Amino acid sequence: MKRILEWQIATVKSIRQETPKTKTFTLSLPNWVLHKPGQHYDVRLTAPDGYQAQRSYSIASEPERTGEIDLTVERIEDGEVSSYMHEVLVVGDQIEVRGPIGGYFVWEASMGRPILLVAGGSGVVPLMSIIRHRAAVGSTVPMQLLYSSRTPEDVIYSNELMRLQNSQYGLGIFFTFTRQSPAGWTSYARRIDVPMLREVTGPLGNKAQAYVCGPTLMVEAVANGLLQIGLGSNLIRTERFGPTGSIG
Amino acid sequence: MAIDRTDLNLSLMLDGNAVAGVLNEIFALEMTASPVECASCGREGEMGTLLAFMQAPGVVLRCPVCENTILRIVQTPEAFYLDLRGAVYLRLKRISAA
Repeated sequence: MKRILEWQIATVKSIRQETPKTKTFTLSLPNWVLHKPGQHYDVRLTAPDGYQAQRSYSIASEPERTGEIDLTVERIEDGEVSSYMHEVLVVGDQIEVRGPIGGYFVWEASMGRPILLVAGGSGVVPLMSIIRHRAAVGSTVPMQLLYSSRTPEDVIYSNELMRLQNSQYGLGIFFTFTRQSPAGWTSYARRIDVPMLREVTGPLGNKAQAYVCGPTLMVEAVANGLLQIGLGSNLIRTERFGPTGSIG
Repeated sequence: MAIDRTDLNLSLMLDGNAVAGVLNEIFALEMTASPVECASCGREGEMGTLLAFMQAPGVVLRCPVCENTILRIVQTPEAFYLDLRGAVYLRLKRISAA
């Protein structure tokens, strides 16, 4: 259906510190529209002199939660929009947004097919919307998440991911740490590589649909690795999160 | 594509998904799932898969295979300037088929 994408004024309902670098902003929207997991919103700031800065942030919440959205934002050094949101924005403030946007990097439970999710750092945000949507609709589609973080304290949504892994049938969650692992950690402690992808993807078969989101270098490496283990390129969807810039 | 970790432009590179809002404003359609063919190497793929360079006055979308410039967008307060010379075609879904 055709819908004009218009800017609207959202109100900050709550702010949660997820990790030292990330916060989740719950925004109440006067014109809330049903989104697809994986979509994002544009956020626009306007200075008194008219200068505007605009960035794109993935929706973390499931579409089943109506009237509001969660945007989880990583604070980027010198990032115009993310540092404003982290340092200035408080509950009750208003902020200009438009969305939901995007039709390529999206998933809905009705799509069936086993799903492989691969996240690097804050690339987990749109994948979290997918995982929450799967849980909200009671889907049993086989789904595996491989989530790479630098250190344990950088893991976003860790408690919720643990809880979902234990309560959701057919959902597997795997962590890997590239700089520092938790004490006593015996699982993955390296960058994502082909053997790791093979192990995590194995139970899904080679007809799985893959969603890969993270920094460019990680996305390139994972997409190439998935091709190597036999996944078709038409089944690999990617989204790059820049260290700064439009998804900063 | 080989990536030079020291190249600032490449380290700030995003993809077509990040341009979805601007594309929607121009075409009044969701565009990231729209196929486009590179005029240089013939690669076909969704707009969301193109490499996006946004740290400039305009937006540049490049082919992920050959890095040819497929689309350039410049915005002024009054207008959009669109240069699509790098594409053989861009497929727009008809509203009635959506």
